[in-house]
Amino acid sequence: MHDPEHHHDEHEHSHGADHGHHHGPFQKDHDTGPAGAYEVLEEAIRSLLIEKGVLTAQEIAAQVDLMDSRTPALGAKVVARAWVDPGFKRRLLKDTRAALSELGIDIGTLAEFRTVENTPKVHNVIVCTLCSCYPKMLLGIPPAWYKSLAYRSRTVIDPRGVLTEFGVELPKDVEVCVHDSTADLRYLVLPMRPKGTRGWSEAELASLITRDSMIGTAVVAPPSEPASRERAAS
Amino acid sequence: MVKRWERRAVKPATAARFTRGDRVRVAARPVLGHCRTPWYLRGKTGVVAAVHGPFRDPELLAYHKPGLPARVLYKVRFKQGDLWGRYLGPASDQLEADIYEHWLEPAK
Amino acid sequence: MSEPERKNTPRKGAGGRAVHDIGGLTFGPIDRSEHDLALWEKRTDAMLILLRDNKRSILSVDAHRRVIESYGEQEYDRIAYYEKWIRAIRNLLVEQQVLTRDEIEARVAEVRAKHEKTGRKAPKERVPW
Repeated sequence: MHDPEHHHDEHEHSHGADHGHHHGPFQKDHDTGPAGAYEVLEEAIRSLLIEKGVLTAQEIAAQVDLMDSRTPALGAKVVARAWVDPGFKRRLLKDTRAALSELGIDIGTLAEFRTVENTPKVHNVIVCTLCSCYPKMLLGIPPAWYKSLAYRSRTVIDPRGVLTEFGVELPKDVEVCVHDSTADLRYLVLPMRPKGTRGWSEAELASLITRDSMIGTAVVAPPSEPASRERAAS
Repeated sequence: MVKRWERRAVKPATAARFTRGDRVRVAARPVLGHCRTPWYLRGKTGVVAAVHGPFRDPELLAYHKPGLPARVLYKVRFKQGDLWGRYLGPASDQLEADIYEHWLEPAK
Repeated sequence: MSEPERKNTPRKGAGGRAVHDIGGLTFGPIDRSEHDLALWEKRTDAMLILLRDNKRSILSVDAHRRVIESYGEQEYDRIAYYEKWIRAIRNLLVEQQVLTRDEIEARVAEVRAKHEKTGRKAPKERVPW
């Protein structure tokens, strides 16, 4: 549950590597720790806006809870459906908004979504060089590295080098396509379905699909279970 | 203040200038204020991969203006070998970006 | 060929690359460590979403970006993601005449004093305008 009294330690830098600071792991509940200038500013702004009736504490808390509730599981569900249902996959690639609404997902009016498909010939990777646009509705909040100067600057000019850092090596005959989210479109990568998943249910498939595979900085690895293990179709 | 929900339901002032498959060059001109055309694409030539349709102009929205006339937005595809002096990968690698019509010119 | 690091590229005033427009530069290795957001960061995110919704329409994501893009290069590279955000929200609230600079500064002073009293060390640094 949301706890308004829950204080955190010093404010974090979301992209630690860019300015050479070393940061320890996030520490919770240190209400004797220093309150950074920006944390103080946030409290000042929030309290003024609440006093003036611009926002309410309840609205802010509800929005924080909504943000916390969004995880890559929703994106994984979409991908798993596309893997088992070729018609859905076609519709997802053609009109992502409409296909998502089939699953009861309303992406709202602030942005459009597009889906790009990884194939044996093409590997897609998403970046926003200008800020950090990201399909939050499907994947939750972006990881710090996605928002980092390093990722934003290098992915367009050296995507294969970036992918190598993420442990993804692609042969030269696979085309790498970088998508820079420069406008109001958000991109979801539809990763390739790995071998060894024949007959798996959507839920089982979804459990394999990682956030990074939907950004394009990972592929979905084949399951580790032996191929002889039987799985009932859903 | 313009309501965000109106953002997509706009008509452009004129018909879309480009269509899928057109070769286009990204303008190389100075920018005043907010701009969503990245520096690394200015002056580069690519191909229209998709026509996204009209959107309010972010360069005006950034200053609390309604963002009209709406601009047609395009997905433009570039060869990485054309973007970077010595691209560290196969020349067949691609890059796509979403560019507003007023930043595009016809290219041969 | 990679482009030179930022410090060798022309500034925006010279018609060159803007501070946020970093595609093709080569900032260092990617730090892949992950951690939760602090509560104040989540609230900052929440306030931006609420301030731009239909009920309020006080600012847009475009205006928010525009303000962040106006930061100097040192600040842009150095200050953290949500630090950029809350500073821009503050500036836009003043720009849109929802709050005044004076009342913000007064409230900041009160919050700092409150933290001092409860034993949380108050920061010396101020958030620049």
